[in-house]
Amino acid sequence: MASAAESDPLAAFREDVRNWLAAHFPKSLAYKDVGLSALEGPQDPSADEAAWTRAMGEKGWGVPTWPSAYGGGGLSRAEARVLQDEMARIGASNPIGGMGVMMFGPTLLEYGTEEQKQEHIPRIARNEVRWCQGYSEPGAGSDLAALQMFAEDKGDHYLVNGQKTWTSGGQWADKCFALVRTDKTKKHEGISFLLIDMDSPGVEVKPIRLISGSSPFCETFFTDVKVPKGNLVGREGEGWTIGKRLLQHERSSLSGGGGSAGRLLAGKPLSQVAKDYRGTDADGRLSDADLRMRLVRHEMDTRAFMLTLRRAALEAKSNQGPSAATSIMKNVGARITQDRAELGIEIMGMNGLGWEGEGFTDAELAQTRTWLWGKAVSIYGGSSEIQNNIVAKRILGMLDHQ
Amino acid sequence: MAVLTEEQTMLRDMAREWADNESPVTAFRKLRDAAPAEGYDAAAWGEIGQMGWGGIVIPEGQGGSALGYLSLGMVVEQLGRNLAASPLASTGPAASAIALGEDDAAKAEWLGRIAAGEVVATLAIDEGPVHGAAIATRVEGGRLTGTKLFVTEGDSAAVFVVAAEDGLYLVAGTDGVTRSPRRMADARSHAEVRFAAAPATRLGGVDLTAKVVDYAAALAAAEMLGLAEQAFATTNDYLKTRVQFGQALSTFQALQHRMAKMLTELELMRSVVEGALEAIDAGRSDLDQAVSLAKSVAGDTARLVTREMIQLHGGIGMTDEHDAGFYMKRAAVLEAMWGNAAFHRERFARLNGY
Repeated sequence: MASAAESDPLAAFREDVRNWLAAHFPKSLAYKDVGLSALEGPQDPSADEAAWTRAMGEKGWGVPTWPSAYGGGGLSRAEARVLQDEMARIGASNPIGGMGVMMFGPTLLEYGTEEQKQEHIPRIARNEVRWCQGYSEPGAGSDLAALQMFAEDKGDHYLVNGQKTWTSGGQWADKCFALVRTDKTKKHEGISFLLIDMDSPGVEVKPIRLISGSSPFCETFFTDVKVPKGNLVGREGEGWTIGKRLLQHERSSLSGGGGSAGRLLAGKPLSQVAKDYRGTDADGRLSDADLRMRLVRHEMDTRAFMLTLRRAALEAKSNQGPSAATSIMKNVGARITQDRAELGIEIMGMNGLGWEGEGFTDAELAQTRTWLWGKAVSIYGGSSEIQNNIVAKRILGMLDHQ
Repeated sequence: MAVLTEEQTMLRDMAREWADNESPVTAFRKLRDAAPAEGYDAAAWGEIGQMGWGGIVIPEGQGGSALGYLSLGMVVEQLGRNLAASPLASTGPAASAIALGEDDAAKAEWLGRIAAGEVVATLAIDEGPVHGAAIATRVEGGRLTGTKLFVTEGDSAAVFVVAAEDGLYLVAGTDGVTRSPRRMADARSHAEVRFAAAPATRLGGVDLTAKVVDYAAALAAAEMLGLAEQAFATTNDYLKTRVQFGQALSTFQALQHRMAKMLTELELMRSVVEGALEAIDAGRSDLDQAVSLAKSVAGDTARLVTREMIQLHGGIGMTDEHDAGFYMKRAAVLEAMWGNAAFHRERFARLNGY
């Protein structure tokens, strides 16, 4: 043990983490996903879940690398990795999450005033507030800068009118970070970044039912909503810059999708599920030769993606500057997620298209919904076409149409 | 780009500079037109020897620098960008076969000379037009008999590392060796080599054969990476200058998305090629999987990019005057060499129990 400690400069920290987790992580939650994703809606947490969330919130370890002055963990990246390893070792998942953690928090830490940070960051770190994103509008999806929702300057406050759509978790959110127009004469420079209380008079939320049957998104209407001037982040007209920075956080959190989507289907490797459903030939190979090769292509694609994620991380760490590889991640992650789901329903045949009720296993019913929901991943967070535009223009230096 | 040591970074930059200054595509064009019997530029090979690149995978005690396959792959990649006709990619795995082999006299005799670029060594494996068929070459009483088709650098190699039924042998010299050139689309050296009771030295068993073929496949993938990236860059430049309908081609979104798709595939290709080279250096036991992944992705991507290079250049891309055809022809040969994408997908499937 002594030699192991000598070779690991973080050994003392690792010891502390283990002790703390032993004292605070309820064993009943091992290998359960207790993350309160903004997409899942309000849950009724068990006593253990509530205790675990409270403990992690107070320690700041739900957002381990955020500054401790605002309720974060104040850990170095290396320490955060130790924490992650130790949590993974005992099957502990992070109960602190959602858009506040993934997108809004990091952006506010960069652009917010001291007062704004003190007000919002600790509450995100303790999971006390749900944030939603007010970006897309019915006429401003991929062309986000065409947004129309208007915030009129009324001296001590803005008066906000307009509509947002695809508001993830809007029906459960306490607050909204929104891009609003404060100047109708300019396109990008007329946009500001505004924080809006969702319980303000004049805010109305309508869930949108999707092809998968669920309603993670909403239409959100704003009618004469009063928003205090102090809720403006950055300067008036600086919203496009801040909003784009936030999208980088969004993209990097989404690009993990293909990798973390898991290699398992119904708790087994995809090749095994295929053999179970489709049978094998005399040599023990999957009997459908065409499906077999498409599964291999998918497996190769997945491994190439994982190797690319690893390469990008190593390159970033070695200070070679941001790797060109990061710009392709979202699209490849989306493609892998969708291919996997398509292969899954194909393997299961009619059983892979069950909607509800008898005759289907839970895994089969989940596969149907996973397949349908998965169609969103190449649309949200900047569609694959928008990502390709970004690659063509920013990486390859291709030009706009004259 | 993998995370490189200072030494590797210097080596890569030096290789790139040399290839751009001393071995541009115009040099390959001249060679193609002159068609020397040995199939490569002897002066350029001499320079490569002086720079020590022939010894990158040879142990230090045997006259090499032992920098490993990631390093050699980076050099091969840089040469591949400009289609440099060099025996470097062939000598590496042949040298590894000797270095890993069981014959100390062969090591002493050949490795130092290969490292210095004095001799060309190559692998002689396949006996048919497609990689992976059964091997009929036999050795009896220290003499090897069999015919190997499409041996790269077979026109000039002084040392052959030959696959027989029961393993790997070294055949040096001309006794019992007959070469017949096979002129192929890529205008590089490929020869049929007939061995008739040629004196042979045993290097190792079929495990060694499989290992050095994987090394050769990884290097072919590295050459394909350089070739594909340059074909892509040339195409991207062309789209910015060629005007149609009053617009530079690079302003058309349909073409932008095709280019973005290719860049995406190239990034994945770089990861798997570097992954295979690193697996060799680390002595990983799943090297076969890493190589099949790399060669398969490399085959598909080099094919995509070189075919699109022709299409996006339009008529000029079809002319011999333009370089696009050189890239497509070399890519096609490299794709077929050491197992094409389909071959490696099948092997990957078996290795993973599909």
